[in-house]
Amino acid sequence: MTQLQSVPSPSIHSEDRAHEADHPTSPVAKFGIEQPLKLDCGIDLAPFQIAYQTYGDLNADRSNAILICHALTLDQHVANVHPLTGKAGWWEIMVGPGRPLDTDKYFIICSNVIGGCMGSTGPASTNPATGKAWGLDFPIITIPDMVRAQAMLLDRLGIETLLCVIGGSMGGMQVLQWTAAYPERVFSALPVACSTRHSAQNIAFHELGRQAVMADPDWHHGRYFERSTHPHRGLAVARMAGHITYLSDAALHRKFGRRMQDRELPTFSFDADFQVESYLRYQGSSFVERFDANSYLYLTRAMDYFDIAADHDGVLAEAFRGIKTRFCVVSFTSDWLFPTSESRALVHALNASSARVSFAEIETDRGHDAFLLDVPEFFDISRAFLESAGKARGLDGAGG
Amino acid sequence: MAVQEQVLPLGGIAPDRTGKYRTDHLLVAEMIPAGSKVLDVGCGDGELLQLLESRGIDGRGIELSREGVNRCVAKGLAVVQGDADTDLVNYPDDAFDYVILSQTLQATRQPKPVLENLLRIGRRAIVSFPNFGFWKMRLQLLVGGHMPRTENLPATWYDTPNIHFCTIKDFVQLCDEINVKMERAVALDLYGRPVPLNLPWWVWNMFGEQGVFLLSRGEKGR
Repeated sequence: MTQLQSVPSPSIHSEDRAHEADHPTSPVAKFGIEQPLKLDCGIDLAPFQIAYQTYGDLNADRSNAILICHALTLDQHVANVHPLTGKAGWWEIMVGPGRPLDTDKYFIICSNVIGGCMGSTGPASTNPATGKAWGLDFPIITIPDMVRAQAMLLDRLGIETLLCVIGGSMGGMQVLQWTAAYPERVFSALPVACSTRHSAQNIAFHELGRQAVMADPDWHHGRYFERSTHPHRGLAVARMAGHITYLSDAALHRKFGRRMQDRELPTFSFDADFQVESYLRYQGSSFVERFDANSYLYLTRAMDYFDIAADHDGVLAEAFRGIKTRFCVVSFTSDWLFPTSESRALVHALNASSARVSFAEIETDRGHDAFLLDVPEFFDISRAFLESAGKARGLDGAGG
Repeated sequence: MAVQEQVLPLGGIAPDRTGKYRTDHLLVAEMIPAGSKVLDVGCGDGELLQLLESRGIDGRGIELSREGVNRCVAKGLAVVQGDADTDLVNYPDDAFDYVILSQTLQATRQPKPVLENLLRIGRRAIVSFPNFGFWKMRLQLLVGGHMPRTENLPATWYDTPNIHFCTIKDFVQLCDEINVKMERAVALDLYGRPVPLNLPWWVWNMFGEQGVFLLSRGEKGR
């Protein structure tokens, strides 16, 4: 039991998370029953809400808006203090004055995905029909559903065309879905460390994570809210497994090697003797404080179902036929979760569709998570791509 | 030597007042009308693409080296990382008006299929390469007895990326063999100046430091 005991009980209470799910600190766009979200599973979700953050100012002709699509375990708090953890925004390195996504030039939007747990309607939100959390009664959502909801948010904000849609991992999937579903609304697209479909290996890892959550006796078939519990052990294990896939062998070795944690010799027990164990347990325990277990199930499922080509008779290039959007596809050499070969397949399809595409593979040993880290080459490319897109759209000097 | 009749008059190369662009790049740019869609295979740092874009040409690039690609993308160019030998097959027929292979043919593993692919993807191709029949090359091999090295090709035999050197004469023969029509041919001397047009073909092969060819699909068999 050593291992389970070492994942501490969450210090942020379930009530805080539940409150954030229904009444987020972020601005919220509410959609009533007359404006349902038409889900791929056939259900009309209504009412629903989208929580979002914005940074910078929209210019007069509304041409400088950039949408950031967040990854699986992230949220809309890109460049502000996180309301639950009190930590800095997850992409402050990228978004801000003078940063590649320059808030002095661009109007930046990021919304919590539908199915998420930070204020957009999801399994942690209150089901108006029962007055209790949705739990597993929440309909299955897909990446196209997330994008449809974002499009409704943009309509609400009065933004017709985006200068750029950018995102990594699950965010990158949304970027690609944006270009496939609303090509005329996307002037440029920057999909990072992603794929046009989730691979068998990735589905397998997600299944491992879901099984860990569902095997936790505190999960109670998704109705843990009613019992004031949270399957934090299962979710922590899911996060630990996931986190390994976000790194690389080289990165783990460089960071931890076989070094011991606060000790000289092995304890001959299942305690966290190795630094890498201690690190993973920390990742697991801090994650469960801010994330809802059911949300994790729904969002991983959405990624598993993602396959753009399947929606176009199996021909990926058909999804992008005649597209005017400018693309910049980025991958990282040590990313084995969304390897460069996946990005290359996307680039081939875009070439076959005569799209204007750039593709850069960036050398780093930091694995999939490189898109969240300080990788100057990635910043340079993003900045230059956005600047050239802005220039092509006649944005020179706009907004100072 | 039938090719000499096919050589079209060389239009004047716009003088490069800024000194920003290479003469062979200016020559290539002169061959392409504005508004064309162009693929530059082996685009390096994107120098030629920048020149083309400045002239209203819709340019795309493929570059083998990651550093080259990233520098291009950082310049706002549409360039993808790829290999002329393996990645041209992924482009559909007639995707471009012009496909450029500048100083890259000699570094490909399979120059013949590469050349065939250029003219499948593009309606026209512009190919330039260092001429191994250049007198300095010949002299080094004849007198020096060692593999030639020049200002433009400084690598030693054991670390050169150039594995398929040819002469202008060899290239003309290959074009005949795969039914490629030469619309225009220009030989540049060591200083990048065009060798005068009215000289015999063997002079080109002797005094041309590099050859630049505008190619289109031959009529027979197409």
